[in-house]
Amino acid sequence: MAETALTNAGDSLERIEGWRGIAADWSSDQRAFKNVSWGKAMMWIFLLSDTFIFSCFLLSYMTARMSTTVPWPNPSEVFALTLGGQHIPLILIAIMTFVLISSSGTMAMAVNFGYRRDRAKTAVLMLITAALGATFVGMQAFEWTKLIMEGVRPWANPWGAAQFGSSFFMITGFHGTHVTFGVIFLIAIARKVWRGDFDVERRGFFTSRKGHYEIVEIMGLYWHFVDLVWVFIFAFFYLW
Amino acid sequence: MADAVVHLEGQQPSLRIHAHDARAAGATHAKGQQHPIKLYLVVWGWLFVLSTCSYLVDYFGLHGYLRWSLILLFMVLKAGLIVAVFMHMAWERLALTYAILLPPVLVLVFVAIMVLESDYTHLIRVISFALPT
Repeated sequence: MAETALTNAGDSLERIEGWRGIAADWSSDQRAFKNVSWGKAMMWIFLLSDTFIFSCFLLSYMTARMSTTVPWPNPSEVFALTLGGQHIPLILIAIMTFVLISSSGTMAMAVNFGYRRDRAKTAVLMLITAALGATFVGMQAFEWTKLIMEGVRPWANPWGAAQFGSSFFMITGFHGTHVTFGVIFLIAIARKVWRGDFDVERRGFFTSRKGHYEIVEIMGLYWHFVDLVWVFIFAFFYLW
Repeated sequence: MADAVVHLEGQQPSLRIHAHDARAAGATHAKGQQHPIKLYLVVWGWLFVLSTCSYLVDYFGLHGYLRWSLILLFMVLKAGLIVAVFMHMAWERLALTYAILLPPVLVLVFVAIMVLESDYTHLIRVISFALPT
C-alpha cells in the first residue's frame, strides 16, 4: 500500500510562491505552463470549454424552471422505482451515481499504476472503468426508455412544466454522449497499454508520434470530468 | 527515458508524503504525481459517503433552505475532492490551477443575471397570463 510511483513531469524548474509565481510564469517566454506537457494543458483547456457548455445547459434549465408558472414535476417521484415491492425514490439515479464514482476510483488507480509501468494492472483497471461507464450508459438508456414509455417528450409530459422533458433529454443526453465517447477512448488506450505501446515507444496510427504513459493520466482527466459533471447534474437536476 | 520509476518501500504515512510533496514542490517539482494508492481509496470512500448523504437528503424529504444548503455543501465537497485529488489539481503549478479554476467562477455572474431575468419573466407571465378566477 505504501509504495509510490515517481514520475517525471518535465524539467526541474524553480517555482516562486503565490501570485508572484503566477505572474512570473505567465510573463515568461514561450510557455506559461512550465512543467505541464502540452497534452495535459490542452486537455485542461478543452475541459474548461466543456465546463462552459454544461454551465449553459444547467443555466437554461434553471431559467426555464424559475420562470415557468406551471408546477415543475417532482424528480423524486418521477425517477422512483419499485424494487421488490418497495417504492424507493430516486434509487436508479443513486445507483448510477455510485457506479460513476466507482469508475472514477478505478481510473485514478489506473493512472497511478500507469506511472509505475505496471501494464497489466493499468489495462485491467481501465477496462473495469470502461465496463462501469458502459453500465452507467445502459442504466441511462433504461431510464430514458422508462420515461418515454410514460409519455415524457421534449415538448410535453404528464406531470407539469413542458420544459422538464427538453431539459432532461438535453442535459442527460449530452452527458451520456460524453460517457459513451469516454468508454470508446478508454478501450482504445487500454489496448495500447496492454500491447506495451508505451514501453517500446511504438508510433501511433494517426499521428506517428511516440506515446507515453501520461496519456493514461490525460484520459483520466477527461473521465473524472465526466464524473464531475454528473455531480452537478445530480445536485441540480435530480435533487433540487 | 525521462520517466523514472521509483518504488518506495516501507510504512510512510500517506498524508505526510503529501504535506511534504506540496511544500517541496517548489524546489523539486520534477517528481510529478507520486501518490500512494491508499489516498485514492480514502477519497473514493469519502465520495461514497457524501453521495449517500446527498441521496438521504432526498430520501428523508428535507425541505427549504436546509435541503438546498445540504445539497450544495455535499456537491461542492465532492467536486472539490474529484478536482483536487483525482485530477491532481492540488499538486499542479499555480499558473495552471488559476488559469483553469478561475474562469468557471465567472459563471456565477451569469447565474446572477439569469436569476434576475427569470424572476422578471415569471412576474410578466403571472401578470399577463393570469388565469381568470
